[in-house]
Amino acid sequence: MSNQQKLTEAFSQGLGIESKQVTDALTYNTIPEWDSTAHMILIAELENQFNIMLDTDDIIDMSSVAKAKEILSKHDISFDA
Amino acid sequence: MTYPLMLNEQYFLVTGASGGIGQAVCRALVATGATVFMGGRNEQILELLATELGDNAIPFCYDVTNQEEVKAAFQHIQQHVGQLSGLVNCAGIMVDAGLAMTRMTDVDALLDVNVKSTFLHCQLASRLMARQKRGNIINLCSVVGEKGSVGQSAYAMSKAAITGLTRALSKELGPVGIRVNGVAPGFIDTQMTAHYDDSKKAALMDTISLGRLGQPDDVADAIVALLSDQLRYVTGQILHVDGGMQV
Repeated sequence: MSNQQKLTEAFSQGLGIESKQVTDALTYNTIPEWDSTAHMILIAELENQFNIMLDTDDIIDMSSVAKAKEILSKHDISFDA
Repeated sequence: MTYPLMLNEQYFLVTGASGGIGQAVCRALVATGATVFMGGRNEQILELLATELGDNAIPFCYDVTNQEEVKAAFQHIQQHVGQLSGLVNCAGIMVDAGLAMTRMTDVDALLDVNVKSTFLHCQLASRLMARQKRGNIINLCSVVGEKGSVGQSAYAMSKAAITGLTRALSKELGPVGIRVNGVAPGFIDTQMTAHYDDSKKAALMDTISLGRLGQPDDVADAIVALLSDQLRYVTGQILHVDGGMQV
């Protein structure tokens, strides 16, 4: 599974949404499914998919799919353009 | 005590595992079939306990006030197990001193060990539990934090904070399937209360309805009960394990 697929899977599972809804533009609190409770589950899914542990500051900053990619890149996780 | 294997194949982290109540909790959890990560600072005691309890007891020597060490402990659990069924926050210190005789360094230490470390462990554990949408957190409160006690204002403050944290988290984490409860021990016969002189012990005994000091097992058994599915609809509660103590 590519990193992009892992990311899509984590967002889809974490937020309980369709994979096609997972785009870079998807932003926290703009859909009912991405609330503070779902955010915690999303973080758990991302940490599990990529086998990492995120810092609290990064969890707070993770306000969109695009931002998630930026944060994950700090853990040497890259996404093809 | 003989336990049914009600927590079989579940993983727990117990902080303060080298202390009196922490050791009792580890013994009780292993007796139920659980695997326990035993967090504590006293490596020698943890190793002895691991030898006594066998393969299901894993010593985890780290300082609960060191954020990097705490994070490394959770990273180990995440990478080797990938899940956590429960967290029991037993790590704690006590300061016996009147208001005028309490140094701010003692207050800082109480807040670091009793409050901030508990908060951090709850924060990291809830992330491991969230994925399963299931989990269980037990925080060690105190009857002193619930009712107050002369000469223990700083300790009471730190334990009252844990009560507030427990109730707030039960509301925040309930929707994710995580139960959060507190256990408030009374006068338990451990190293933490070993310095009490006979007159103080006698005075405390007079306040205990059941007429005996509490033992670490009394607290551990209550914790195991709260962790079990038999109490699956209980969250946000502070269970007093104090023999009917009136502080």
